[in-house]
Amino acid sequence: MIRPQPSAPREYHFPKFEVRILENGMRIIVASVQKLPVVTVLAVIDATAIADPAGKEGLAELTAQAIREGTTDIDGAQLTLEFEKLGTSFESGADWDSTVASMTVLRDKLAKAFSLFSDVIMAPAFRSDDIERLKAERLSERLQIIDEPRGLAEETFSRFLYAEGARYGEPMSGSSKSVTAITRDDVANFYSENYSAASTTLIFVGDLTLDEGVELGQASFGAWKGARKSIVVKADVPARTSRASRIVSKSDAAQSELRIGHVGVPRVHKDYFSIVVMNAILGGLFSSRINLNLREAHGFTYGASSYYDWRRQAGPFVISTAVQSEVTVAAITEVLNEIDRIRNEQIGEDELSLATSYLGGVFPIRYETTAAIAAALANMVTLKLPESYYDTYRSNIAAVTTLDVLNAAKEYVHPDELQILVVGDPTLLKAPIEALQVGRLTVLDWVEA
Amino acid sequence: MSMRIPVEKFRLDNGLLVMLSQDKTAPIVAVNLWYHVGSANERSGRTGFAHLFEHMLFQGSENVTANEHFELVQRAGGTLNGSTWLERTNYFETVPSNQLALALWLESDRMGALLPAMTQKKLDTQRDVVKNERRWSVDNQPYGTCWEKLQELAFPEWHPFHHSLIGSMEDLSEASLEDVAQFFRTYYTPDNAVLSIAGDFEVDEARKLVELYFGPIPRGSGRPPLNKMDLPATFGRSRRVVVEDDVSLCRIYMAFRSPVFGSREYYAASVAGAILGMRRGSRLYRSLVRDRQIAADATAFTFDLAKGADILIIDVTARPDIAAEQLEAEVTREVDLMRKDGVSEAEVDRAVALIQTDIVTVMQTASERADRLSMFATLLGDPDLVNEQADLYAAVAAAEVTAFARDRMGPDNRAILIYVPKERPETINEDDSVEVAAS
Repeated sequence: MIRPQPSAPREYHFPKFEVRILENGMRIIVASVQKLPVVTVLAVIDATAIADPAGKEGLAELTAQAIREGTTDIDGAQLTLEFEKLGTSFESGADWDSTVASMTVLRDKLAKAFSLFSDVIMAPAFRSDDIERLKAERLSERLQIIDEPRGLAEETFSRFLYAEGARYGEPMSGSSKSVTAITRDDVANFYSENYSAASTTLIFVGDLTLDEGVELGQASFGAWKGARKSIVVKADVPARTSRASRIVSKSDAAQSELRIGHVGVPRVHKDYFSIVVMNAILGGLFSSRINLNLREAHGFTYGASSYYDWRRQAGPFVISTAVQSEVTVAAITEVLNEIDRIRNEQIGEDELSLATSYLGGVFPIRYETTAAIAAALANMVTLKLPESYYDTYRSNIAAVTTLDVLNAAKEYVHPDELQILVVGDPTLLKAPIEALQVGRLTVLDWVEA
Repeated sequence: MSMRIPVEKFRLDNGLLVMLSQDKTAPIVAVNLWYHVGSANERSGRTGFAHLFEHMLFQGSENVTANEHFELVQRAGGTLNGSTWLERTNYFETVPSNQLALALWLESDRMGALLPAMTQKKLDTQRDVVKNERRWSVDNQPYGTCWEKLQELAFPEWHPFHHSLIGSMEDLSEASLEDVAQFFRTYYTPDNAVLSIAGDFEVDEARKLVELYFGPIPRGSGRPPLNKMDLPATFGRSRRVVVEDDVSLCRIYMAFRSPVFGSREYYAASVAGAILGMRRGSRLYRSLVRDRQIAADATAFTFDLAKGADILIIDVTARPDIAAEQLEAEVTREVDLMRKDGVSEAEVDRAVALIQTDIVTVMQTASERADRLSMFATLLGDPDLVNEQADLYAAVAAAEVTAFARDRMGPDNRAILIYVPKERPETINEDDSVEVAAS
């Protein structure tokens, strides 16, 4: 049977949104999406993990969690039930570049739920007992993360990549030691310094109008005060600019968790689109070079990929996979070959169009839900992207050429600076990795600090 | 609150049931196929085969080369995957709406003519990939053996749900090309599949394409019946297994045999699960995580099995200094409390409100719409049930949930799986560790 040809594409536009600024400096963004009777609400607050004080890493995240533990009027247990009776939950968390509070609620419950939502953000009680419990929960979570080979690999890789004292070297939500050091006053102070009308953007996406969103925001948050605190962050620097390798011991591991990479580039970057396309071809897609090589040609792994961890400052560029222990060295060698290949040879038009048509085509699929559209708008706010960003995304991707990809690979992928980390069995791995001569090898055990 | 999605259905002469659900909000369309075959259909000595077979479906077919399926869909700007479960295997693409024909053609080519593309080398490679999937998701993962151990505990040895879905390394090694051919001929037939299309398409056009691509595929010779599936309402006693694993925190799973997915009593079981363990306002979370602070996390959920019996599972992870005995005692206390005092209307209302929101929000994506249609058609024979779920949950009364707890959560119906930390060699702090430098 003859392969079908596509018919003419139907036009697509990212959902229209409008921006309003209240007198107190709070911004409101509304995207009216009428498909189903549901609304997602986000509050994006300029309170960032990157600005956590040294020694108290995890403060932004702990504060984001602590706000949902009750207001001056109502305790956390009751507050949780009030939201859930309305069929929703108040979720909140901090990442490197912002704090986001969110809920998705049926249209007919929006007004009631939003009234609670605004109370939580404006009048948290920060009861000491709750703070202590959240800290203890974080300590449990730490143990679970480092029990997992993947979690352990990610954390140790960040620490391996960045210079001593770098915020990016520490876990985003803090280590056991840093979280233990946080006090109730730290949380309250962090809140009063960073949570304010002028540092918050409210985002409504779903079955409501612009006027409804603005009215809700004005009615609940209109009297909120506070200026925007300017956050000054110095860029984190790499630990070293030459190759190095590290084994984190996990005796009898059934697989080696492998991370290869180096410090990448900041998210807002002149060559962003070229880098995105280059990475898609290298390891971003299922049909990428690294996955086809490690998984489909060799059967070394269930999956292999590469990614840029996009942040305001330069986050990690990482090639990530888990391979059967016996083939660890062979897998490292294949990855190094693929890195050389993408830097040395211009890719073909066919490979380029695979990546660009994929990235352009899946764009509408990514934004089917109110939550996904709201997250995209939050991203725009956090990174200060232009309002036209999502309208021009697909043409920006389509404009990338094979030469752009080659240049991006040459300029932003640095084989001489690759850091190689394996979580696995050192008795099996130490000698062969040494023999690879991929920089100074260290072998470590991990104990939570 | 009511939300209904359009459902149009028809059947081809070869038995393929087709569901169409139009939504022109965005220019995308989802294609979703459920084959009514899963790990339950595996013959003895071939655990894991249904899933390995799913991998083989991405290795090309008569007119598609190895991995080209992935490439063609991604090049078209689409997403795709497949998954295997106890009762079914599904395959799905979401593509720009002008690429509907491509997605249908690809699915029809592998349904109609998979075997010409199968080779020993492809099978060997995918066997390695799947073995690595097992290492990744089961063997090298804390608590990673929980699903296969729960199935072993909750279903008798002769039962088709007893054995592991991912399969044993030994059985995976045994799988042959002949197994692939036989499995394909037996189960991958139009009369053992349903096809759902959701999103932006013209009904006439979609119908025509389905008939063009799937119409010529011959009907199968009938699916062999599964072994007996029926089970008594309860286990008849408590079962208990303790596993030492490479973990820091104890964890308990407590499973109860429960009514099959889609039955009237299923909804009461599902609500019981939500009252116990859905979100932070649930009983287990409030009591064990928030108030008593002995647990790091607590959830409860049903497996949603439609044949023989389902299971409702409680999953609670301990805080660092809490021993397995205490964890088990506290969880048991909560379960007994629910049996003794029943549940309140307010608790049912909370659970149902949360579930209702999920029922609506999940329908935002074309792929989920298509998948739900396929699910209700395959497991319950009625895709229109997709629009009845909100009402079915709304109709659950507190007395039904209380009756479920009383009848199904007693000591005669508990399968308990406990993970405890195994002895570890003493480790050293990173700061003090000795670095072994390569020369």
